Amino acid sequence: MYKIVDKKTLAPNIFSMDIEAPRVAKSCLPGQFVIVRIDEKGERIPLTICDYDAQKGTVKIVFQTLGKSTKEMAEFEVGEYFSDFVGPLGQPSDLTKESEEELKKKNIIFVAGGVGTAPVYPQVKWLNAHGVKADVIVGCKSKDYLLFEDELKKVSGNLYITTDDGSYGYKGFVTDKLKELIDKEGKKYNHAVVIGPMIMMKFLSKLTKEYGIETVVSLNPIMVDGTGMCGACRVTVGGEVKFACVDGPEFDGHLVNFDESMRRQTMYKTEEGREILKKEEGDTFHRKGCTCGGDK
Amino acid sequence: MAADKMKRVPIKEQDPKVRATNFDEVCLGYTKEEAIKEASRCLNCKKPMCVTKCPVSINIPGFISKIKEEKFDEAAKIIAQSSALPAVCGRVCPQESQCEGKCVLGIKGEAISIGKLERFVADWSRENNVDLSERKPANGIKVAVIGSGPSGLTCAGDLAKLGYDVTIFEALHKAGGVLVYGIPEFRLPKDTVVQHEVDNVKKLGVKIETDVIIGRTITIDDLFEEEGFKAVFIGSGAGLPRFMGIPGENLNGVFSANEFLTRNNLMKAFKDDYDTPIKVGAKVAVVGGGNVAMDAARTALRLGAEVHIVYRRSESELPARAEEVHHAKEEGIQFNLLTNPIEVLGNEKGWVKGIRCIRMELGEPDASGRRRPIEIKGSEFDLDVDTVIMSLGTSPNPLISSTTKGLDINKKRCIIAEDETGKTSRDGVYAGGDAVTGAATVILAMEAGKKAAKAIDEYLKK
Repeated sequence: MYKIVDKKTLAPNIFSMDIEAPRVAKSCLPGQFVIVRIDEKGERIPLTICDYDAQKGTVKIVFQTLGKSTKEMAEFEVGEYFSDFVGPLGQPSDLTKESEEELKKKNIIFVAGGVGTAPVYPQVKWLNAHGVKADVIVGCKSKDYLLFEDELKKVSGNLYITTDDGSYGYKGFVTDKLKELIDKEGKKYNHAVVIGPMIMMKFLSKLTKEYGIETVVSLNPIMVDGTGMCGACRVTVGGEVKFACVDGPEFDGHLVNFDESMRRQTMYKTEEGREILKKEEGDTFHRKGCTCGGDK
Repeated sequence: MAADKMKRVPIKEQDPKVRATNFDEVCLGYTKEEAIKEASRCLNCKKPMCVTKCPVSINIPGFISKIKEEKFDEAAKIIAQSSALPAVCGRVCPQESQCEGKCVLGIKGEAISIGKLERFVADWSRENNVDLSERKPANGIKVAVIGSGPSGLTCAGDLAKLGYDVTIFEALHKAGGVLVYGIPEFRLPKDTVVQHEVDNVKKLGVKIETDVIIGRTITIDDLFEEEGFKAVFIGSGAGLPRFMGIPGENLNGVFSANEFLTRNNLMKAFKDDYDTPIKVGAKVAVVGGGNVAMDAARTALRLGAEVHIVYRRSESELPARAEEVHHAKEEGIQFNLLTNPIEVLGNEKGWVKGIRCIRMELGEPDASGRRRPIEIKGSEFDLDVDTVIMSLGTSPNPLISSTTKGLDINKKRCIIAEDETGKTSRDGVYAGGDAVTGAATVILAMEAGKKAAKAIDEYLKK
């Protein structure tokens, strides 16, 4: 059992929690993720690691309530326990494998979308601790949804905020902001890390390809075990099949087949929808016998 | 009477039509009377051939004669000397090619139902709370076991009996390995049988830490250097699924058998009150012919689908146990033999709508001794299905070998270990089961765990 030692509401439907998991906290590196199972009947949910403290033995996760499981997760309070908290999983970010000398040769731009800001933060923080200041663009719906602004300010070079509705910072998409930085402000980047919704990573990778900037994306496919034993999370990268949970989650954004990944993400859409309905409206249907095939 | 002695006491099973709609155990097991009657057929051979073919050398005539005498607890204790998982092995071992294959009665009649008798004893001792936790005094020496499948549980149990302080590290949230995520409920009940055998290992003093992934959460080097373990046994299995590499394999609706079975068995997706979803269409193709393929097919059937096995060789080459193939057929699984998929076909939304197959014929025997399947040109045809489950075998996960200094592996990514001892290239590190051999059987994994426990004991006594 894994104790929840801190909980905060960061934005509407977005929460952070510090979980006591000493073994995980000791081994974490930026870019990795964990799998949480809230109780005996729960499913295994992959979540990116947002921060960790080996001394205290805690790991910070950030999540947005999307389906039944994350909604239930948000109902847990400080002092309560999750059944399972497994990790760290996946490969650490390639940046953590490079020497400080090599890192200093790079001009790095991070682009975060929505909750994707959470996994960007530990990477920028890690770089700062190793003497490298990276620029960061954070994109969100509106000012209310902005995460980690103060924290990021402390560890990044320049921090650019964009909001869809213009309620804070630059009004528009992260792609527009990046274009502006390069075209109008003469910024030169040779390495980009992009984490956010699949569609954002797709379009940003397209853009950085035009500019010839090497680009890393962090994929978030459906997962079950997270240890490489099932292939639910398989993605096509450069024509090869990879398991995101062991080979990734970070891949070369210019080689990822985003359309396939987006399609695979929707595989259980109807089941998730039905679970929510069931919770909110009671058991008005039964899984067996339904052969409608969902949203095929 | 003499003719009667050559025939087995038949075993009761759930009716195929009924069981095809539920996840309850198919085989109902012997009653006390039936077990005694079956046991009384045993000739109690002076040189029992059955024992020679049991990988863990259970004293078979010994326990069977105790059944005859109705001393079931003594029978259980005889089995416990050799096996930590009798309720599992009695159910899933391929006895026809092991103990029962060598039974003298099998020459002219039917071999003794050794597996079903072992199962009877194990089930009886569970229901009657027989204590099998005899062990030597604690010696305080720490040994780590990686993986809680059959090899790890056996190795841990044997070491605990010898007095070692054993901790099992398991990556998933539940102990048992393939016994909990792979083999379905209708062959091996989880809450009663598997959980009880795991609890028996715990009663020997073995600690089990779940949610720990060796190579990620902690490394083998850390176990030695920081946590004071004096020896390590790797029983991490072969859990990495293989795909065919044909077009369309990433369409929605294509699963590995591992994913399909994990969702159903470990995550209990078939139960309405569990959160993990499972998607099974109206018509399912399972590609492969092993036990895992049978398990996946029979699971899909129970979830309401029409199910086709697609296998490239003929019936006599099916690697699955004869009993499982028989059960599958009884339940209405359709076999498409000498058939191989060449492409998964999708609709405009990226969902499976069929598989394109080609007919095969058998040529000369290959290196494995089985006749090689050869494509018949121009025989392509489409099978309309909306779900495809790939059951083509598995290989060991490289996570441990790639994060442990000095641990040698072969080109199939299997850990290299000595046959008789499980000794690896790294001092103090032993390995066994599927991690060494690639996907094999439960009982062979147990044998490897047993041998390694003995070798670890000798190593630590030096």
